Amino acid sequence: MSSSTRSADLGSPPAPVRRFRGGWRIVAAKEFTDHVRSVRFLVLVALISLAGLAAVNSAAGPIRDAAEAASETPSIFLFLFTLSPDRLPAFHEFIGILGPLLGIGLGFDAISGERSQRTLPRLVSQPIHRDEIINGKFVAGLSAVGLALAVVMAIVGGYGALELGVGPSWSDLARVGAFFVVTLAYVGLWLALAIVLSVYTRRAATAALTAIAIWLLFTLFGGLIAGLIADAVHPVGAEASAEQVLRNARLELNVRRVSPDQLYRDATGVLLNPSQRSTGILLTDQVGALPSELPLRDSLLLAWWQVITIIGAATALFTAAYVRFLRQEVRA
Amino acid sequence: MEPVSTTPAVAATGEAGLDDRLASDGPAIEAVGLTKRYGASTAVDELTLSVGRGEVFGLLGPNGAGKTTTILMLLGLTEPTAGTASVDGLDPSRDPLAVKARVGYVPDEVGFYDDLTALENLRYTCRLNRIERREAERRIDEALDDVGLLDVASRPVGTYSRGMRQRLGLADALVKRPKILILDEPTVNIDPEGVRELLLLVERLRTDQGVTVLLSSHLLHQVQQVCDRIGIFVRGRLRACGTVDELADELDDRWVFDIGVADIDQPRDLLERLPGVSGCTRSEGRWLVHADHDIRIDLHRAVVAAGGRLFHLARREADLDAIYHRYFEGGERELEHTIS
Repeated sequence: MSSSTRSADLGSPPAPVRRFRGGWRIVAAKEFTDHVRSVRFLVLVALISLAGLAAVNSAAGPIRDAAEAASETPSIFLFLFTLSPDRLPAFHEFIGILGPLLGIGLGFDAISGERSQRTLPRLVSQPIHRDEIINGKFVAGLSAVGLALAVVMAIVGGYGALELGVGPSWSDLARVGAFFVVTLAYVGLWLALAIVLSVYTRRAATAALTAIAIWLLFTLFGGLIAGLIADAVHPVGAEASAEQVLRNARLELNVRRVSPDQLYRDATGVLLNPSQRSTGILLTDQVGALPSELPLRDSLLLAWWQVITIIGAATALFTAAYVRFLRQEVRA
Repeated sequence: MEPVSTTPAVAATGEAGLDDRLASDGPAIEAVGLTKRYGASTAVDELTLSVGRGEVFGLLGPNGAGKTTTILMLLGLTEPTAGTASVDGLDPSRDPLAVKARVGYVPDEVGFYDDLTALENLRYTCRLNRIERREAERRIDEALDDVGLLDVASRPVGTYSRGMRQRLGLADALVKRPKILILDEPTVNIDPEGVRELLLLVERLRTDQGVTVLLSSHLLHQVQQVCDRIGIFVRGRLRACGTVDELADELDDRWVFDIGVADIDQPRDLLERLPGVSGCTRSEGRWLVHADHDIRIDLHRAVVAAGGRLFHLARREADLDAIYHRYFEGGERELEHTIS
């Protein structure tokens, strides 16, 4: 505190309140920069890229075979994202499993971090509306997720195109675009969950652990639980009829659809695979005689309710966070 | 609420905040019957207060007295249960953005983004206040210079000491060029030298820029020197308000003398027999004598007449300690009363 204080220009005309519009953009820009510069973000992108490359690499053999066997198959490029040899998940399944981590990682301390660093009172005393803080943070998280996905998909697509010499057609690109949007919504759902937890819990660690517990419950144990429920309701004995087996399988699938992971798999499976005609279980006699390809519009029609459910759940979670945050006391 | 002002022109413009010159006639901060309840407990109870422009006002009270709640209501960060507030002629609950734009607020234990440098933290504040970039850089430089942090401006705030953070908090409020500065417990956690510098800076801001300052504290000695007026706040109620002298006048025993006597067998008897003395207590080897008027001459005579020696005689200034204790003890007694 050395030099003299300068005189303030108290005489300057005050600007109208209108100039304080769009504060969420300022918050979003700052948060986005923070995300992209953070180690956390780099680690998550590296992790997902590695998983993606592993999936594509192991799919390389089958893709070559497929390309040789059926030269008339027009969408070889999409196999990059869907083909799963052996017991390794395909790329889109990997994203289904690891994508949530990206959302959780970027959102679990959104609000509680401001509280623990004691920056919240300072932030809310600036001329912005309080909802612009949480809106800006959500937009920033979603943008960072979008960037991460674009990077990962570019790496995987580029690697596949170079290594295998398969390039995308325009319709492939449209499908990849649709896949991107659905993935963004799916990771956005987990981001919204993480933000809700960051509003409700005081400590970031609690929010992170809770989010990861929910993630494990759905992605790892979801299938297990669904199987148990299906077996309990429709037991499949040694001499079970085909109908019993089918009922069991249908119930299991429906129970699994409680999990966003399954919804995401359904939707992206259909979007990335033009020859897939249903998100459910198909019997051979229901499949058309000719394995013709569906236009993207029809694939979207097949996946629409899964997509709507994902977006709806994300919206509901974000709304919960929004309402709670607006009602919270600054010092709470 | 209409802007609180005696000028009819302000009311006529309708839209508060569009013209500073008109709004700047009334008091800088005004609260009328301001009340905040959380469930059954009352954090702030019918606070009525007026702080003039360019005044340094100290809100004094123990922790949990409702000081921070009052500040949050003045900033529009929490809704009052009843009553109204006016800051620079604006209603914080109706026009919070305009209020926040002109009030610099340094919260209790101010925090910053630890990974960002001081510069980056202040740039964010400037962007949130829509200060144009070049102007922002100029103001940041000035503010950091004012608080003596210019040479560490590029270090992450995570490496700062508490005192440095507190000063950065002040710089953060100053980049807005606020008309009103609200400091919540600004002297907590900083060393005495830091406190002195901070208070000097506050004084300079008031003198050079005419900034109105509202500061809250539970440390009376520190704020006594800079505050024009002081409000004593106990359990949500403003129990007394005025200059230090005014508050002292309300004390019954504002004449307190610190004396040292020797060669007298029963000094207490002698002292208590003097006319006007209400009591005396032993304190650090000397005596504290409370009286209702100036008894120095009588006291001196009495000691000498008794054959004793007087080696120390001083009048204790009417300090905030006495004032503070009186109101706080009063508060405690009231509390006991309500419990029993």
